[in-house]
Amino acid sequence: MSTIRVENLCCTYGAKTPFEQHAVKDVSFTIESGDFVGLIGHTGSGKSTLVQMLNGLIKPTSGNVYVDDTDIWAKPKEIRKVRFKVGLVFQYPEYQLFEETVAKDIAFGPTNMGLDEHRVKERIDKAAKFVGLSKDLLDKSPFDLSGGEKRRAAIAGVIAMDPDILILDEPTAGLDPVGRNVLLSQISQYQKSRKNTVILVSHSMEDVARVTNKVMVMNKGEMAMFDHTQKVFARSKELTSMGLRVPQVTRVIDALRSKGIDLPEGILTVDKAVYEITELLKKEGRL
Amino acid sequence: MDFITANNVTFSYIDEDEQQLNTENVKQVLDDISFTVKKGEFVALLGHNGCGKSTVAKHLNAMLLPTGGMVYIDGIDTKNEDEDFTIRKKVGLVLQNPDNQLVASVVEEDVAFGPENIGVEPKEIRRRVDLALKAVDMYDYRHQPPHKLSGGQKQRVAIAGIIAMQPQCIVLDEPTAMLDPKGRDEVMNTIKKLNKELNITIVLITHYMNEAVSADRVIVMDEGKILIDGTPQNVFSQVELLKRHRLDVPQVTELCYNLRSCGVEIDTLCLHTDECIEKLLEVLR
Amino acid sequence: MRDIAFGQYYPANGILHRLDPRGKILMLITFLVLVFCTSNYYALSVIVASVALIVMLSKVPVRLYFKSLKMIVFIIIFTSILNLFYATGEVVCEFWIFKITREGINNAVFVCVRIICLIFVSSTLTFTTSPTDLTDALERLMKPLTIFHVKVHEIAMMMTIALRFVPLLLEETDKIRSAQKARGADMESGNLIQRIKALIPVLIPLFVSAFRRAYDLAVAMECRCYHGGKGRTRMKSLHFIKRDYITFLVVLLIISGVVLCNVFLPQVAR
Repeated sequence: MSTIRVENLCCTYGAKTPFEQHAVKDVSFTIESGDFVGLIGHTGSGKSTLVQMLNGLIKPTSGNVYVDDTDIWAKPKEIRKVRFKVGLVFQYPEYQLFEETVAKDIAFGPTNMGLDEHRVKERIDKAAKFVGLSKDLLDKSPFDLSGGEKRRAAIAGVIAMDPDILILDEPTAGLDPVGRNVLLSQISQYQKSRKNTVILVSHSMEDVARVTNKVMVMNKGEMAMFDHTQKVFARSKELTSMGLRVPQVTRVIDALRSKGIDLPEGILTVDKAVYEITELLKKEGRL
Repeated sequence: MDFITANNVTFSYIDEDEQQLNTENVKQVLDDISFTVKKGEFVALLGHNGCGKSTVAKHLNAMLLPTGGMVYIDGIDTKNEDEDFTIRKKVGLVLQNPDNQLVASVVEEDVAFGPENIGVEPKEIRRRVDLALKAVDMYDYRHQPPHKLSGGQKQRVAIAGIIAMQPQCIVLDEPTAMLDPKGRDEVMNTIKKLNKELNITIVLITHYMNEAVSADRVIVMDEGKILIDGTPQNVFSQVELLKRHRLDVPQVTELCYNLRSCGVEIDTLCLHTDECIEKLLEVLR
Repeated sequence: MRDIAFGQYYPANGILHRLDPRGKILMLITFLVLVFCTSNYYALSVIVASVALIVMLSKVPVRLYFKSLKMIVFIIIFTSILNLFYATGEVVCEFWIFKITREGINNAVFVCVRIICLIFVSSTLTFTTSPTDLTDALERLMKPLTIFHVKVHEIAMMMTIALRFVPLLLEETDKIRSAQKARGADMESGNLIQRIKALIPVLIPLFVSAFRRAYDLAVAMECRCYHGGKGRTRMKSLHFIKRDYITFLVVLLIISGVVLCNVFLPQVAR
C-alpha cells in the first residue's frame, strides 16, 4: 500500500503573461496509506489542479509529488505508470465511455497496463462487483445504460486498474439522493475491503462528513486545513468564511452548544446527533 | 385562479428498438396525473431520476402532448397546435445543463434571442433584455461570452433569456443539478426573488430536498404517478413514505423524526435550521 | 489551438472597431481586388501605405499581425522562390542551372507583398470585429441571396451556434483526453497509425457529447419560440453613420490612387 507525499507544490497557469494565475500555491502534505480523505473547497480553489498533479496529468511548476517515496517525475517517460498506481475518476466520468460494450470499456485501463487477457477478465469482474454492476450489463453498450449505471461503469473502469490510491472528483454529482447514498456506500466499502487510500473531492459536506476520516480544505490555491474530519468541521466559522459550510445537522448542534447545551463537538451525522441528544436526555432522567 | 390544469394526463411512447418485434413494448411514462398550479404559486416537483418529472415539464409548454387527458395553460388546451407559441410565451422552460441552452456568444444577445424570435420591436427588445439581466443580477456581465461565466451565472443568464419573453410562469427542470453550492444558492435566490417580486408562477423540478422546502407546495412523483401533493410541512413529515420511494428529507427533518421515534416529545417536524434549533432548545432546556 | 481559432478578436476602442461591420466586409473585398490590380511599384506602394495606415488605425499591436503571418510564412517564401526562378527574360545573375531574371525578381516582390497585404487587411477585419458582429453583418449582406433560395438565415444561425460551441467542445476535448490519459491511454508516442488509433477513445465520447448537446440546444431553442428566420426581429439594427461614409470616401481615394498609378505610370516588366 502506498503513501502519497507532496512538498511545496505550486502550479501556475500562463506564467509571465498578464493572465498569470496561481492555481496551487506551496502545498505540502502527507497522506498515509489507508486514509479516506475528503477534499473540499469551492470552485476555483485549486482542487482539480491539485488532484491532477497527484497522478501526473499536470506537471507542477515547482515542488514534488512522491508516491511511496519516489518522485513521480523522476522518469518523465514512465509517467503513465504513475497513473495506474494513482487512479483518478474525473467529474461526470460517464462522458469518457467509448467502447462497444461495458466490459470492453472497463478493460481499457487494464489493457493499457499490458495485462494478459485472463487477468483483464478477472479485473473486469472484480471492478464490476465493487461498483455493483450486475453481470448482464457487462455485454450491453454503455450508451444503453441509465445515468447511474453509466457512472458506475466509468468508475469501474478506473478501479479495474487496481490503483493503490483512488481519487474521485465529485462522483455523486447529478445523482438523485438514493443513487448518491448507494454509490457512496460502495466507495466506502471498497475502501474498507481494499484498505487503500481514497481521496474524495466533493461539494457535499454531508457526504464528506459521512464517509471520510480526514478532510483537506483548499482555499484560493492554498491548503487551509488538513485534519481529522471532526476537527475540521468543528471550525465552522472559518469554513463559512471560505464560502463552505458544515453539514446542516452539525450547524444545529453547534448552535445548541453555543446556547449552553451540554453536547460534544464534532457531531457530523444525523444518527450520531440522535444518539447524543437521547443520551443527554436519559442522563437528565427526562427520557 | 388556476394557471396550469392537468387532468388525468397519461403519456406513453413505443420503445423504438423493439418496435417491429412486438407492439407490447409501450413505455408508460406518465400514468393518470392530475394537478393544478395557481397564478403566482411556487410549486416544487420532487422525484428521483427517471420518475417522469422532466416529461411533466415538457407537457407544460406544449413541447410534448399528452397521450391521454388534457393540459390547460391559462385556459388554453396544449393540443391546439396554433397556440404553441402563445403557450411558450406564457410558460418558459429552463433546462438542467446551462451550457446547452445558451445560443449566442454574447450574454445580452442570448437574452435577446427569445424576444427576437417572437418579433418584438428592437427598442423594446433592448429594454426587456436590460430589465431581465437586472432581474437576475447579471447586467454587469452583458458583454461577456457565456463560456467565461460560472455555472450559476450561466444558469441565471438562461433564466434571463426566459424572463425577456415576459412569461407568466417559469418551469425549471433541475436547474441546479450541475452547479456547485454557491451557484445553487445564486439560482435559488433568483427563483425566489422572481416569484416574490415579479409574481411569476414557478414550477421547480428538483431532487434536492432543501430546495423544495422553500416552495409553497410540494408534489412528489414516483413511477409516473403523483404520490403526495401538499405543503412542504405536510409532505416532509411523511419520512417513511419518502424513503420508501427513494427520496430523502432534509437532515433537520430526519433528526426531529428520529428523535420522535426514540420517544422525545417533538410535536411538529422542522424544515429549516433555525426552526429546528428553537425546537430542540425547548426540548433540552 | 485555442489561440488560432479564437485569439482573433482584439477588443480595443479604435476607430476601426466602431465602424459598421458590413462596411468593413465590403471594404475588405474592395481591398482584396485592389491588391491584385496593382501593376507597377507606384500602385503597390499606394497599397502598402494604406495597409500601414489601416494597421496603425486598428490599435492592435503590430506584433499580433506578424503572429498571424507566422502561420503562412512558409507559403510566402515558397511562392516567392518559385516566382524568382520560373520567369523568362533579362538574366540578372546565373549559377549552375538556376537563372534569376529581372522579371523573376519583380514577380517575387509582387507576390510576397501582395500576400502580406492580404493577410494584414483580413486580419484587421477579424481583429477589430467580434465574431458575433461578423456573422450578423454577413447575414445582412447576404440577404439578397434569399431570392436564389440560399438559406441565409440558417447559415448565419449555424455560424452563431458554431461560435458559441467551439470553445465548449475544445474544453471538452481537453477533459476527455485527460480522463483517458488517467486510464493509461498513450497519446504521445507511437507511429502515425497508433496515434490515430489513440484518438478513438477521445473522438467517440466527443461525438456522443456533441449530439447530446445539439439535442438539448434544439429543445431549448424551440422552448424559446425559435421557428426560423420568418418574422424574426433583431435587437441591434445596423445603420451606416457619418464615420462610415467618411471611411468609404477614404477607400474611394485609395482606389483612384491605385487606378491612376496603374494607368499613367509605366508598367513593370513581368
